[in-house]
Formats: sequence, C-alpha cells, structure tokens
Amino acid sequence: MRITRFLTAWLTVLLLAWLPLAALAQQDDPGQALLESLDTRAYDDKAAAIQTIAASEDERARRWLETLLDGKLQRHKDTGRFVIVIDNSGRNWPAIDALTFEDAGEISRRDLDRIGINNALRNQLRSVLAVIDLYAESADVRLASAMRLLGEVDETLAGSIDDLIEEEPDAEVRRRLTQALAIYRVENGETEAVEALAGSLHPRVRVALGRAAASDDPILAQSAQAGLDDIEQNLRINRAAETLYFGLSMGSVLVLAAIGLAITFGVMGVINMAHGELMMLGAYTTWAMQQLLPGQPGLALILSIPAGFLVAALAGVAIERSVIQFLKGRPLETLLATFGVSLILQQLVRTVISPLNRTVITPEWMSGSLVLNDALSLTLNRLYVMGFALVVFVGLMLIMRRTRLGLEVRAVTQNRAMARSMGIRATRVDIMTFALGSGVAGLAGVALSQLTNVGPNLGQSYIIDSFMVVVFGGVGNLWGTLVAGLSLGVINQVLEPWAGAVLAKIMVLVFIILFIQKRPRGLFPQKGRAAEG
Amino acid sequence: MRTMQTRKENRVKNSTLSPRWLAVALASLGMAAPALAQEDPIKVGILHSLSGTMAISESTLKDTVEMLIEQQNEQGGLLGRQLEAVVVDPASNWPLFAERARELLEQKEVDVIFGNWTSVSRKAVLPVVEELNGLLFYPVQYEGEESSQNVFYTGAAPNQQAIPAVNYLHDQVGVERWVLAGTDYVYPRTTNRILEAYLKEEYGVADEDIMVNYTPFGHSDWQNIVSEINRFGSEGKKTAVVSTINGDANVPFYRELSNQGIDAADIPVVAFSVGEQELSGIDTGPLVGHLAAWNYFMSVDNDDNYDFIDAWIEHTGDEESVTNDPMEAHYIGFNMWAEAVRKAGTTEVDAVKDAIIGVTVPNLTGGYAAMMPNHHITKPVLIGEIQDNGQFDVVWQTPSTVAGDAWSDYLPGSRDLIADWRKPMACGNFNVAEGTCGGSTAAEEAEAALAE
Repeated sequence: MRITRFLTAWLTVLLLAWLPLAALAQQDDPGQALLESLDTRAYDDKAAAIQTIAASEDERARRWLETLLDGKLQRHKDTGRFVIVIDNSGRNWPAIDALTFEDAGEISRRDLDRIGINNALRNQLRSVLAVIDLYAESADVRLASAMRLLGEVDETLAGSIDDLIEEEPDAEVRRRLTQALAIYRVENGETEAVEALAGSLHPRVRVALGRAAASDDPILAQSAQAGLDDIEQNLRINRAAETLYFGLSMGSVLVLAAIGLAITFGVMGVINMAHGELMMLGAYTTWAMQQLLPGQPGLALILSIPAGFLVAALAGVAIERSVIQFLKGRPLETLLATFGVSLILQQLVRTVISPLNRTVITPEWMSGSLVLNDALSLTLNRLYVMGFALVVFVGLMLIMRRTRLGLEVRAVTQNRAMARSMGIRATRVDIMTFALGSGVAGLAGVALSQLTNVGPNLGQSYIIDSFMVVVFGGVGNLWGTLVAGLSLGVINQVLEPWAGAVLAKIMVLVFIILFIQKRPRGLFPQKGRAAEG
Repeated sequence: MRTMQTRKENRVKNSTLSPRWLAVALASLGMAAPALAQEDPIKVGILHSLSGTMAISESTLKDTVEMLIEQQNEQGGLLGRQLEAVVVDPASNWPLFAERARELLEQKEVDVIFGNWTSVSRKAVLPVVEELNGLLFYPVQYEGEESSQNVFYTGAAPNQQAIPAVNYLHDQVGVERWVLAGTDYVYPRTTNRILEAYLKEEYGVADEDIMVNYTPFGHSDWQNIVSEINRFGSEGKKTAVVSTINGDANVPFYRELSNQGIDAADIPVVAFSVGEQELSGIDTGPLVGHLAAWNYFMSVDNDDNYDFIDAWIEHTGDEESVTNDPMEAHYIGFNMWAEAVRKAGTTEVDAVKDAIIGVTVPNLTGGYAAMMPNHHITKPVLIGEIQDNGQFDVVWQTPSTVAGDAWSDYLPGSRDLIADWRKPMACGNFNVAEGTCGGSTAAEEAEAALAE
C-alpha cells in the first residue's frame, strides 16, 4: 500500500517535472519553426517553406512533406501544436504529434486547421520528394522518381543526375535518368541529346522534340523532326491497339450483360424486361458483401461471384413462378408484366436501401493499369472484366453442350411436347433455365459494380444494349451473342473519336436496324425445323 | 408587358370557363373561412422527386426543407402560425412536375414551393407558377438566361460558378488548353457556349486549344474520351477539364481517369455538378486534387455550418450523411422567404414578392446572401480540391460575394438584357439597348424545351 502511494507520488513528480520540459523541447525544436513557416495563407510563402524544409538536414523532413502532400498535416487551433492526422473520417480524428510522432489522442475536427495545399504545391512536393527518392534503397522507388523527373530537370539537378547515372546499378532507372537529362539538354539546344530520346513514346519526350523541331537551329530542328516522325508512326500503331482494346473491353461488358438474356430470351423466348434489375441485384450483393467483410474488398468481391449468382437466380425463380409461367406464349403481356417487375424492384431498392448510389470499393489488385509502354497501358479493372466475361461464356457453353440440364433445355425449347413425352419435366427445366439466365445476370452485376455506379438505375442503362446484342447476334445462339457484343463494342469505340459519344450510339443503332432489315434472324440464325416455328 | 396582360386575360377567361377551376375556387372559398382565424398552418410545398432517376439528388433536398420547417416550428413558427410541409413526388418525370405544381397551388393551396433540380423540370413548372401566381425557390446551379417574377433562383448562375472557376484556372493554375466536357442537355450546352465565348473573348484562347465533348445521360464507357483528353493534355500546354457532366456519369468518368493514371496535378478536372453527395458514391483516394466550384462546401470552417451539419446528422440519424451546395441554397432560400413573410406580415404572394427583394440573411460560409432585384442572390464562389475523405478543401475564393446575373454578358442574344422585378420596371428581360421590355418569354421557352 505504502509502496503504491510512494510510487504514485514519485510518478506525479516525474510527470510534473517532465511537462514543462516537454513544452520546452517543443519550443526548442527547430522543426516547430520549420512547420510554422508552412502555416501561412499565401501559397507562394508555402512553396518557399517547402524548399527550406527539403533543404534542411532534418531527418523528419521527408515524413513532413509526405503528410503535407496527403493533407494530413494539421495544426491545433488553440495550442498551436502540429499533428499528423491518422484517419480523417468521422467527426473526431486520431492524430500523432508531428514533432515527436507520439500519440496525440483523438481531436475534434472543429479544433484542427489543415495546412492546405493546392495542385501547384502538390506538383512541387512530388518533385521535391522525387529528388530525395533518387537516393532511395529500392530500385522501384528510384524508377518512379526518375519517371517523375522527365521534363522537370533544371540546371541544379542536371549535374547531380549526371553523377547518378554513373552510379546507378539498375538499367531501367539508368535509361529513364538518361532520358530525363536528354530532355533537359535538347531543350537547351544540344543536338547530340536527340539521339538519346529516339524511340521513346513518353509525352514529355514528344513535347520536347516538338519544341526543338520548331527551333531556329536548322540542324537541331531537322534531327528533332526526324525523331518526331518516328515517334508519330509508332504512336499510330499504339493508338490502333488501344482502340481495339477499348472496343473489346466495351464489347465484353455488353457480352456479360447480354449473355444471361441470350438464355432467357434467346433460348426460352421470354422477354424479360427485369433482366437489368437482376444485374442490379448482383451489384448490390457485391456491396452487401463488402459491408459484411469490412477491410477486405478483394475477398468480398470474389465471394460475391457465387453470392451474386445465387441472389439473382433466386430472384429469377421468384419472377418466373409468380409472373412469367402464367403468361407463357403471350410475349406482349410478358413484356409489360416484367417491365412492371423491373419498376417494383427499382423502387424496392430505393425505399429499402437508399436512392443514393452505394460505394463499392475496387480492390488494390484491380485498380490502375498494366503499362505496356509509355503510350499504351491497359486498365486493369477492364482487363479482369474481359477475362471474367470469357470465363462466364465458356462456362455457359459447357453447361449448354455438355450437361444433362443443357440437353434438356435444348430438347424442351426445340419441341416441348416431344420432350415431355420422353419424360423430361418441362416445368422444372423452365425454372432451371430461367434461374441460370438470371444468375448469369447477377454475375454481370458483380462485374459492373467495378465499372459503374451501384444504384437503383444500374439495370436500366444496360437493358436496351442487352436486347440489341442478342437480337443482332441471332436469337438463341450463344456464339452469336459473343460475336455481336464484341463487334458492337469495337464499332462503337472506332466511331466514337470522330463522331462523338452521342452520334456513335445513334449510328450503331441505325446500323443494327438496317442489318436486321437485311437479316431478320441476326448474325447467326438458328437453323432447323425448331427455328421455323 | 403586353404579353403579360394578355396572359392575365387568358387566365380570367380560363377561370370563368373551366368548371374544374370553378369547383376548386368554390372549395377554396369554403376553406378560406377557418384560415381567417389565423390558426391554420402555413403550407410549404416541396416539389422534389422521391422516385425515379433524380431521386438520388432530390430526396435529400426534401429532407432539408423538412428539417428547416421543423427548426422554424421549434422557434415558434412564423407570424405565430406553425409551418406544415406538403410533400408531393413528381417521380423524375418532367410533365408530372407541372401537374404536381398545379396540384400544390390549386388543391393543396401552398404558400410557397421549394423544388426542382433539373432545368427541364423547372421549365415545365414555370408556366404553372406564373399562371397561378405561386412562389418557387429553385436551389440548383443552372445555365441562366431566365428570370421569372414567380421564381427565386438561390443556386448559382453561370457567373457565380463557371466563370470564376475558369478565371481561377487561368490566373492561378496557368491553364492554356481547355476541355469542355458535358452531358448532352440544356445546362451543359448553354454553359459551355458561354464559357467558349468567354475564353475566346477574355483570354484570346485559340480554337484548337478548346475541345468540346458531349456524352449521353448516364454514359458509362469513358475509355476513349479519357484517353483523348489525355492526348489533348500532353501536348505541352497546361490543360484542364471543365466538366458539366451530370449525375451518375461522373463515377465511371472519375474511375477511368484514375485508372488511366491521369493525375489532378497534370490535368485537373473542375466540376460544376460534383458535390459531397456525388463523392459519397466513390472511393476518392485517386481523385485527390481534382476541383469543384461551388458556393458552399461541407468542409467550410464556420460555426453556423457546423451547427447545420450537426442538425442534419441528427435529422437523418446517419453519422455519414453529408451536406452540399443545393442544401445550403435551400437553407438561404427558406430563411429569405421566412424573413420576407415577417417583413410583409403575411404569406400573400405579391406582398412577399415585393418584400423579399433586398432581404439579407446569413449563408453558411460566414457571409451574407442578399436577394437581388433580378431574383438571383449574392454568393461567394469557392474552389475546392477533393480530399481522400470525400470532402473538399477550399483553395481559392472570390474576395467578395458575386451577384447572380440572369442574362449572360457573353452571349450575343442576352448581352443587352437585364432583369429587375422592382416596380415600375418589373421586367424579367429588359433590353437596355432598345429600352423596351421583351416580355417574359420563359413560358414559351418551356414549351419549346418540353416539345423536344
């Protein structure tokens, strides 16, 4: 007991002695003055302060500049203490002290003043950090900063880069540094440097060569022009490849959206206007999954593939049992009834969940792009969706061709009466087929959640396109859907740059109308007696 | 003037001829008796879509007005009477807006309407509120080129949003090439026409340095356009995108921007239709630094604003709910109307219309908003940069408030027009050059817009 009391007293004394010391330390810390120079309204003064911090020998400089870049460097309104905010969501933010990096507890956002930056400062900070990072351990970091410095090299930097090139062990970093230096030299009128830029597709290189080609020095202008022509030639090829990629990726979205419909509409002949809403359900399943598994968006996304399929398939069964089965053979009524179902589903989501769009997080491994060269990079999320579309297509193909269900489906659609007399339970097949088509719509929804808004209107924007693809490809033919989707995507993306998005869409529609006039059964008409009926 | 008189005559003729109107008039006569007792609540109509595509934006505005009414009632109401919200749902259907407005004014007999989001819905409602002499407070930024004696525009006119934003980009950021990207409908087309004229006239921007691009509503495949913007922006001159892309299409647009690695520091996008609420549907990490021009941001450091946010969070019961610019516009509009009613001592439309001009109320950014004679208000213009928490950080603002200009000075057709609803001028499109009042053509324009 006595010992405890003694200890408490001792600790209090220690604490009391330490407090003013800590305050003193804060005042004496040269960092405080450095940070204070950042706390000014004028962006010019801030820019100067950033240079001072970068030039200071303080080892905390890099972290300060980084947090400043992230907007996390803030100042307490009352105490004037600088803190680094760890998490700025909600109303109270956890923070650490900016000088000591010790925990500073939670602070109300009302009490904090952000050290604001704008895009110009952001650029400056990135360049400053890039210069610091040139000396980093990791080759990747050095490469990123070398890329960053393309077109940003100035006189003072040129000398040190020259030295760095000598010492650089990594070939790729060396190449970038050489380019960065060459751009600086070309801009200063050195003709020999043009050679080092040959073959590079980086926009900064092109800009530098373009400026050089317009210069007064005829020799420089000529060699720059030659280099430029070379680059333009190369760029054209890349641009064509890019358009093709855009077209295929748009096409694969169309295929995904339409392929479920190719089964319900194409194979079963049911005009399901609620198909888009089944996709919406799939997308909302992804959102719900991510809510259930916070912090693991990737895992949630993978789990939503089966979950989205199931949810949409069950909804499909419900629609089939409650509406469609009573309207067999009456396409107009089916159309109207399912349109009603689609409106009901939309409004249901609006009232139950929210009329607002939901945030679906894109997992790390799906964001960004796959860089092939400086002029051509493929966006990862679309690359994944393309792969997914292909897998779904192959899967469906296998089910239709290789499984008993597929056989029964084909039998029932070709001759219902005959199939029934052979012992196939046609009603069950109807349910299964509709569930399959709906489930695939759910899969499309899961994929779309990575590309577009997850909201009550998601389905509406795809329903017309889906019908278009199925009709164009030939009703009842999965191959037709694949070819039609991909080719419509490519046609659209080829037209878009010179016709504009609105006109391109109209032109595609007109094209399809004309095509259907010529070939009413689409690209790949179904053959045989069943198709005649 | 003449046209207005003719319309008045028409109205009288209509009213005597239509049995339906007679019935309504009789019914309202019957209702008028208890109203004299001053115990009836003041009815506030709310005309915002609660279903359909626009529900995403408009449903929060309905909640905002309801919250403001609640707050007013807690303070004892207005003129000793309680306020009552009358909510109708025009379901994002433009002609239905006109019907619902008529219902509010004729059957529900509201004293004022807060409503509309899209320009086309406002154009649909306009002839109705003019015919039935109602009051409409319209809270959204719009393309201008309009001033009706029955409408109060509490959102920004182009000179309160687009033009200052372009000034900022040119003067502070040093932008020389411009991409004007918009959704294909009346607001972006008019705004971009004004901006194009302004850029050429004021800054001498060449034709090849302006790229104009329109996309359909809800456009979701931005690959080509974004890569085109990227090419346009890597020609060596500083480039910015001025975006009037509307609503849902923004999410895939920003997603594509970040996936193609276009950084705000290289090609900033300044948006006029992206606010806190739109951002709450996106992961904003990759968007940090892109800009938006508004007259209010949720992040504005001001006690009135913090109180408003706290009240809003309490009203919605959702810790995550955000406030945005049109909500502030309703806040200002509601307080202006309440002040005008107090000043006039009645909710009678003509008296309120006269009383409200010159009324000044605090806004949420620490300043004041005044109702101008052209039925637009004074607003500060703020430029904000997107942060990783879905909020904006104000990087620039106009030194003082800017008065809304109903008729743009940069379009040949409207250069000489002004609006002034004070007597004796009382004209929405007075031609200064000719010295005549053109007569309000808003109703005809609305018909033309609807016919499209």
